[in-house]
Formats: sequence, structure tokens, C-alpha cells
Amino acid sequence: MHHVIIGAGPAGVVAAEHLRKLDANCRISLIGDEPEPPYSRMALPYLLIDKIDEAGTYLRKSDGHYDRIGVEVRNDLVVSVSTSDRQLMLGGGGKVDYDKLLIATGARPTKPPIAGTDLAGVHSCWTLADARQIAEHTKPGAKVILMGAGFIGCIILEALASRGVELTVIEMEDRMVPRMMNHSSAGLIKSWCERKGVSVLTSMRVAAIQQDTGAHPLSVQLEGGASHPADLVICATGVAPNTELLQGTGITIDQGVLVNEHLQTSDANVFAAGDVAQGKDFSTGEYSVQAIQPTAVEHGRVAATNMASGHDMVHAGCINMNVLDTMGLVSASFGAWEGVANGESAELNDPGNYRYLNLQFEDDVLVGANSLGLTQHVGVLRGLIQSRFHLGHWKDKLLNNPTQIMEAYMAAAQGIGKA
Amino acid sequence: MAWAKKILRVNLTDGSIASEPLNMEWAQAYLGQRGLATRYLVEEVDPKCDPLGADNKVIMATGPLTGTMASTGGRYSVITKSPLTGTVACSNSGGFIGAEMKMAGWDMIIFEGKAASPVYLHVENDNAKLLPADQLWGKSVWETDELIHKIHQDPQIRIACIGRAAEAGCLYSAVINDLHRAAGRSGVGAVLASKNLKAVAVRGTLGVGNIKDPKRFMQSTGEQKQVLAENAVTGQGLPAFGTQVLMNVINEIGAMPTRNMREVKFEGAHKISAEAMAEPRKSDSKPNLTTNAGCFACTIACGRISTIDKGHFSVENKPQYWGNSGGLEYEAAWALGSDTGIDDLDALTYANFLCNEDGFDPISFGATVAAAMEMFEQGVITTEDTGGIEFKFGSAEALCKAAEITAAGEGFGKDLGMGSKRMCEKYGRPELSMTVKGQEFPAYDPRGIQGMGLTYATSNRGACHLRSYTVASEVLGIPEKTDPLATEGKPGLVKAFQDATAAFDSSGLCIFTSFAWTLDNVAPQLDASCEGDWTAERLVEVGERIWNLERDFNNKAGFTAKDDTLPKRFFTEPANTGPAEGKVSGVEQMLPEYYDLRGWTPDGEVTTQTRDRLDLPS
Amino acid sequence: MLKSLHISPDKCTGCLQCELACSYENEGVFNPAKSRIKVFTFHQEGRFVPYTCTQCDEAWCMQACPVDAIVVNTATGSKDVLADVCVGCKVCTIACPFGTVNYSQDTGKVIKCDLCGGNPQCVEACPTAAITYVDADATGLDRMRAWAGKTDNAATARA
Repeated sequence: MHHVIIGAGPAGVVAAEHLRKLDANCRISLIGDEPEPPYSRMALPYLLIDKIDEAGTYLRKSDGHYDRIGVEVRNDLVVSVSTSDRQLMLGGGGKVDYDKLLIATGARPTKPPIAGTDLAGVHSCWTLADARQIAEHTKPGAKVILMGAGFIGCIILEALASRGVELTVIEMEDRMVPRMMNHSSAGLIKSWCERKGVSVLTSMRVAAIQQDTGAHPLSVQLEGGASHPADLVICATGVAPNTELLQGTGITIDQGVLVNEHLQTSDANVFAAGDVAQGKDFSTGEYSVQAIQPTAVEHGRVAATNMASGHDMVHAGCINMNVLDTMGLVSASFGAWEGVANGESAELNDPGNYRYLNLQFEDDVLVGANSLGLTQHVGVLRGLIQSRFHLGHWKDKLLNNPTQIMEAYMAAAQGIGKA
Repeated sequence: MAWAKKILRVNLTDGSIASEPLNMEWAQAYLGQRGLATRYLVEEVDPKCDPLGADNKVIMATGPLTGTMASTGGRYSVITKSPLTGTVACSNSGGFIGAEMKMAGWDMIIFEGKAASPVYLHVENDNAKLLPADQLWGKSVWETDELIHKIHQDPQIRIACIGRAAEAGCLYSAVINDLHRAAGRSGVGAVLASKNLKAVAVRGTLGVGNIKDPKRFMQSTGEQKQVLAENAVTGQGLPAFGTQVLMNVINEIGAMPTRNMREVKFEGAHKISAEAMAEPRKSDSKPNLTTNAGCFACTIACGRISTIDKGHFSVENKPQYWGNSGGLEYEAAWALGSDTGIDDLDALTYANFLCNEDGFDPISFGATVAAAMEMFEQGVITTEDTGGIEFKFGSAEALCKAAEITAAGEGFGKDLGMGSKRMCEKYGRPELSMTVKGQEFPAYDPRGIQGMGLTYATSNRGACHLRSYTVASEVLGIPEKTDPLATEGKPGLVKAFQDATAAFDSSGLCIFTSFAWTLDNVAPQLDASCEGDWTAERLVEVGERIWNLERDFNNKAGFTAKDDTLPKRFFTEPANTGPAEGKVSGVEQMLPEYYDLRGWTPDGEVTTQTRDRLDLPS
Repeated sequence: MLKSLHISPDKCTGCLQCELACSYENEGVFNPAKSRIKVFTFHQEGRFVPYTCTQCDEAWCMQACPVDAIVVNTATGSKDVLADVCVGCKVCTIACPFGTVNYSQDTGKVIKCDLCGGNPQCVEACPTAAITYVDADATGLDRMRAWAGKTDNAATARA
């Protein structure tokens, strides 16, 4: 049995390891198109602030890890897939036959449809190579414009600011991290950043990026006419799943590669996991691309289990969740943080101390949450959402004081106060 | 270096808050908490000041072991001039706020002046703020606790506050922390109220570090915890029964003051004892006692967590009292029960809940109700005075009602809130007040336990068992058994207990450890953690210094030897039954020897020699 | 035989000796705010419940870590944070459904219970044996985990 995994990110690596755990004898190939050992994009911001070196970004730290567990890691580009022949064509000219295939090709940054994104000095921050480029060009005093204040944009904010650059963030939506945090908490993130000296423009679109002959090589034109000089523009406006490889194979592609509760695509021998996969969402029951680290890992495990012979695992869906550190302000989101129809919510809003907590309930079950400035026991929000515990009278206590989430969880889990 | 070495000074008049270094010279001489704060009080407050005036100050003080792993190392004290007694007041409490203060980096908080309108202090590590408390004024302790937690949305905040009783001027109102731990005696709550200070809310995340010799400290505290665990009182009696373990013991030896201290044995004691608290009740087959609880770092855990029978008349339609809260300790059970002749455990628990809920001392309250009952029996007061309440000995209804009106400061509750001395004076029967220097007696009859008579007479804060608990020796045989009916040797015993207790109370530890520990067990823990060399001998000296400093403050406030006495009853009405039958208190015979041992004049003044020997301030 | 922490909340008095011991062992300071074990108080119910990592088999934190900074200690079975590898991304803190991995702003790393390398100080300090360190036989461990709270796995396995 030959398992082939395309993509050496977290989903691919976890799948490879899990396959080995379940089957000591199968052949496992992991094909990645970047020259480095499998590494984590989550770690790139910390590389940029010199908290770690490049080796610190590697997904697995021990030497010879992949050899030891018998996973063949190949640095090559897969150019096409033949599902009928169960065969891959490689950029280097080789071919690889597979019995089961996992598509874990991840996502790539997209560029907005404006002029000038190809100019020298306009970068994404997605790969180790990007990080090296940015590190090289962000000298103290340089004018840097960050396009997009989504999750990716925000995690590199601190890295950029700490390099002493003059930083302006431009976000077209009405708030920062609009797909992760609600208005109140996102507003606090914005004011926090501004207090730290970052200029943040929301509800603002970039019209074009132009070359400039002045002191700064670039000029960012905003809709409405204003322009900002820049030495470097970082584009973090969004990512798109890498599905091209499957074009023409007949495998169903929607927003991403559509997978069922087994992480199986429309071809029974092909699975997909991680940022490329459009899998089940725990909260909505619908299928969507989450593109987050915990989901990639969970997908990797479930897909691997279903690829291994003799195993079958049904996936209840991943909770969409994120944690973000914006220049020292920690925020997190879980599940249906925007709330559900006829639901109720509890809110702690303490802007003076940059503390915020919003809980969303459906009946007496926690379904979603946003938190900000809280670092203790936040994981229990996931526990409450995932366990679907009925909170009973503890819901009223949470409506009154949402900080009692641990107590509510323990009361529900251990039946305290029910007698 | 277990001291944080920092004091927070809060001027309520002008709203200023300042950090200042702890006077380490004084810390070496007075250790911490009771002793050290009294040193500050003596320096800064005129002993003759009006306790409820802006010139009085109130200090919340921790000891060097507060906030450490030493068993019971979570204590703090409230030090001020008492409005109940006019003496120095030092009320000691456990719970968690003392340790939290230390975790926030403060040894003490000194409040001075008077706020123009209600405020509370919010301390988060270095950041301290006075915040308006208009919305908290008029609220109970329990409501205040909930509201402050809600305002700051931080479940970890520890809160000490006053309830409605203090606001209404109750002279034995308490500062309650952590919902049901109390700096209970001497009316320290009234002082906060007089300053418009409703609450102190603390969150400390800095921790307590800088232990002089961490390895030795951990070893020493570990060994001493073992001593507590292996001792019958601290290892078994107190955790299982709480201080209520004493109810039957003291009653059996005929030293249980009953019905305003006329009698020495209570026929209903078994119905309100620790054993009764553990007995499943008929209605829901749950016992009164749910569990025992520990204060910060306490490995004894004598605290009681109790419920009231939901069907009891006191709480029938009041679901807010159906949950668990702080249950009866011995002194409370005695004052609310034996001293009033009431054997209804649920009524006592209810009254005790109200004492916590609105912040007043159950000892003084129960004893004042007992005095009212005696006046009622004698026709001195009638239902016209009491607003219709039949103050009959044994009436649980009267007790519950009395607690409600005292909590709210309504009607006759105003009289009850004066304390028994002022109340009995008001109705022309001062001899019916069972007080010393204006403070009500606790639960040990001075005819049946002679050393306690001298303890009460000479206590620096008025009648109190916690200034020299000779019961330990006279009844329990700790450290060695003495005859409770004898007066011989008691002056020396009382002095030794007074000095040792002052040292315990200044360390951050709980005096209950002294059932198992002597200063020989405390000294190594201090020596491993604090700069300087700390031996048991030095601690005795520190204790004696503190005792004399307090005495000196009281003398300067106008107290003399003639105040070192007991109510007439204990000299003229002999014990009516039991081993002490026929005995009266021998305090007057013991006093001269006591003064002599103390190095005081026959008038009870600290002599120059003593002052010099102990290096007291002039 | 691996051992695990066994918690009997009915024996807990809420004294916080465990929190003090934990913070002292791991941070060199008596500071419940930095303890990896936490006692929760249910005032109305009269209950105290110590709570910490159960070193669960799923090891959500370890699975979620993008840089391999959480590893199984083969001697004790605990899931340990390698502080020099942890980048502080906090993904484990949201992945752990028990809320027992926490981020420390002071160090920029996450902290969790590591059983003190096999000599848990909370157990040493507990005066009432509410926390014990016992053989992780199937029942004991199951009981412990049942106690920590049932959390339906995102995936249910059928082998």
C-alpha cells in the first residue's frame, strides 16, 4: 500500500505520522515543493522578530525524524494527477503511483485586483522565502504599508513594528480581523495598535500601487485620492486554496476541495486535508474552507485514519477557531462567535483594560465566543462548545458574569450544584 | 525578606495614594501585622482621638509569613482605635485577601482621613485607585462582593468590605472578607464606615518571593505542617468539628456562660454542638455542616460551610439563604445560643449568616441580645422599646428578628448596635452588661476558668479570648495542664500566653496553630524566610514589646488599672453548678502579681525601666 | 506503570497549598496566579475543586502545536512544553478543551502541568490527600478523565 501526500505543511505531516502509527508496513511519501524541511507558517512571525531561527520554524525538530518513521520526503512539484491511473506527474519528470492520495497542498496568498502588485517591493508574507525578503527590506525608519488587517496581516504586525518601521495598515472592511472578531473587540485591537504607534485605516481601499521617483520607491494610491509613500508594501489581503492540481480530474471542487465526513473527495482514493479542503464545520454543519492550524491537524488525523486500511473515522466537523497576538494583545475566536438566530449573548466589555469576552448561546449551549486580553483557561471555551454541554442555571450565571467559564464548564462536566 | 517592604498609604480626605517603604527597623522590632501596624498607629494617631473622627486611621496589615506556604500563612489584621472600647483595636482575619494583598506587593494599607462620599479602594498590583462607591453604599457585604466582582469582571478579586450594620453605626460592626471571614471584633467596621470607605478589593499577581533561604524554608514549613497534622487538635479535632469541638467540653466543666452569664452550664448545648451540626436533619436528611474549609495556605481547615434547613421559619420564603455559607464557630454558637438560652441550631446559623451578610460580630451581638433578654425579663425594657419583639431567653424568633434589625440598623436594632455597655447604660442597668472596657465577653466563664478572667480583665482590646487563650492550658493541657479553678500561677501563664500570642498575631500565622506549635515551631519558619535571626526567645521579646506598646496606647487614651476588671456579677454571683460551683472570679487577687510580672506600676502604667528594656517609643 | 494525578474534590478544603507549591516549584515564587493547578470554589454548593491537566491521550495541545514544542515525557507520560522550542503562538491554548494550557505574557511561552517530572509538588503539599499521584491503571485514569469532564471527540473512531 502506497500512501502519497502532496503538501508538507501541518496537515500533510500529521497525516504521514498518523498513517505510520496505524500501519507499520505501508509506504508513505510526502511531497513538498519548498526546498526547506517541512515548516510552520504559524512560526514565521516569530522568525521575523528573531525569537527563533529558521530551524525553529520546522514542524518537527529531531534530526532524521522522517527517516526514522519511514516517511519519504521529496522536494518536488506535482504537476498533474491522474485519478484513473492513480499516478502523479512530477515537475522533475518523474512519476509516482499511489494507492491512496492526500491533497494537502494548502493555500496561497491572493493579490487584490489592482495595478502594481507585481512591482519590486511588494511582497506577501507566506513562505520562509517571503519572510527572508521582508526581513531584509524592513530597516528602521522604512515606510511600510500592510494591505489587509486579517489574521495573517495581524500576526506579522508586531514583527514589522518591532523592526522600527513606520507602519500603516490599510483594511477595506470596517474593522480589523473582520472574519475573526466582532466590532467591539476588533475596535479594541485597532485602538491598541494605534496606541503602539501603528496607523490603521479601516474601510479604506487601495486603488493602485505605483513606482515613485522620490525618496521612497513606491506610492500607494488610495481610493478617494490620497497617496502614501512606501519603501515596502506587504500584501496580506487573503488566501486561496491550491486546487489547480485537481482541475480536470473530475474531483469536485467548490471553494476548496470538497470532502465528506471521512475527509474523502468525490474520488474514493483521494482525500484532502487542511487549508485546501472544504470540510465540515462543527458549528454550522456546512462545508467550508477554514484554513487554520488546528483544523489542518485534525483533518490530517482523520484523513490518515480513513486512508489506512481497516479504519474508519467519521468527522463531526472542526470548530473554526483562532488565536491572535496583535502586538501583545491576545484575542481568540471560537465557533459561531457571530451568534445564531434566536440565541442569547453575554458580554464583558472593559475597554480601559483591553479586556473583552463575548459568549454566544443557543438555548443553554455555548456555541461561540470572542475573547480579548484573556490568557487563562480560554481553551475551555472550545471544550464547552465542542461538548455541547447543557449549562442549565449556569447559563444565567454566565449572562451575569461571563468570566465564570471554568466554573460553568466544571459544573456541567461534574454535575456540581445539580443536586 | 518575606516582607514586601512596601506600604500603600491612602488619604481619603484628598484622595491621594502613595507607596512608601516599610520601616524595616520597626519590622525587626515588631515583626509585622498586629505589632508593626500598632507601631505605625502609635506613631501616627493620637490615643485620645475620636475613633470615628477623621483623625483616626485604620490599617490593614499582613505579616511576613502571609502569602507564603507556611501553614495558615494567610492572615491579616485590621488595626485602628476602637469605637466600641476606645482602646487599640486589632482584629485578625483569615480567608484570602491578606495573601492577595501580599501578592499585590503590599505589607500594609494605611487609610487616613475621611472621604467626602463613599469610595472603595481597588488594588491591582502596583495600581491602586479610589473609586466611587455610591452604588455600593446601603448594600450588604454579600451584595457588595457580587457587585464589585461584576464591576471588574474578575472572579479572582478578593474583597473586604463593610455591610449595612457598619453604615448604621453598629459599634461592633466588622470588616468581612471573602464573604464570611471576619476581622470581627471591636467595631473595626464602624471605623471604615466613618471614613466612607465601603470596601477594599485586591488582585495580586506578583507573588511572594525573595524568601531568605528557600530550601530551608520549604523544609521547615513542611516539617511544621507535619506537626499540625499529627496533633490531635489541629490534625483531627479542628478539621472534623471546627472550634465547635469545644461546645460539649466547656459545658461539661461548667464554664459555659449561659443566659447573660448568670449560669455556667447550658442544658441545650448538645443541640447546638459540633455533633449536632453533623447530624442529618429530618427534612432533607442533610446535616447542617456541608464541609470544612481552609483559609489561605491553612492545613488545619477548621472553617465550617453550612446550610440552614430550608423549612426553618427564618428562611422559609428566602431562597437567598438556602445555599452554603460560613457556618457556626464555637464563639458564635455560644453567644447566639448558650448566652441567649437558644438551642435552635438553624436559628443560630441564620443569625450567623446575617452577621456575615451585613458585617457584625456575632459574639458582641449575641451577648448584647442576652443582656437585652435579661433586661426584658426584669421588665427594664418591654415590647414598646423593642418594637414588639419578645426578648425572652430561649426565643429563636427574637434572635432572628434581632439579627435582622441590627443588620439594617432599624428600630431597637439601633440600641442593639450600641453594644451591651451603652445599651444597658441607656436603660439604667449598666451592671447587666457583660463587658470589659466596653467589649462583650466570649465563651469561657471566668469563674470556671480562672485564667480567662485575668485574660479578659487585662486584654488590650477589652474582653477577648484571643489575647491569651489559657483555655489551652487550663482545659486542654496545652502545653501543660493547669487547674482551671486555681488562681496561683495564672498571672505568669496569662503573661506568657499574651506575649506569645502577640508574636503569632504579628507573623501572618493563625493562632490556632498554637494548639500544636509553640514559638519554637514558628521561629525556624521566620528565620528561614525573613532577614535577621529569629529565635523563639526573640519572638517572646517581640511579643512582650507589642503587648506593652498596646498597653501604653491604652494608658495614653485614659485607661487605668481600674478598667482592668470584670462585671460585678463575677465577683458576687458564684457559679451555680459544676466543678466551679460556689466560685467567683479571683481576678482582683491576680492583678498585683500580673502588674509586677509585667514591670508595670500598681496602677497598671508601663514603668520607665520596662519602657527602656523593651525600647518602646516615648 | 505510569502514574497520574488523581483528584478527589470532596476532600479539598480550598487552602491553595497546591497552587503555592506548584508556583514555587515552577516559577520560584509563591503565586497562585502562576500555578498550573487551580482550585475552583463553588460557594453556594460548598465545594472546592482542584483542576489541572489530565495528560489526556488525545493531547490536543501537542497535536495542535505547529513547531513540535509539546512532547510526551516517556518517563511520566506527561505532555511537556519545551520552553526553548515554544514560539508562543498560543494555538495549544485554544486547542485544549479543558483550558489547562495557558499563555504567560511574562515569558512569551505557554505553561502547563508536567507532573513536576514525576514528583508532583501539589501532591506533596496537599494536606488532605485530595490530590494523589497513583498508578494510572485503566480505572483510575478513566475516572480521572471522566472527572475532568467528558468532551465528545471531534471525531469518533470505529476500528
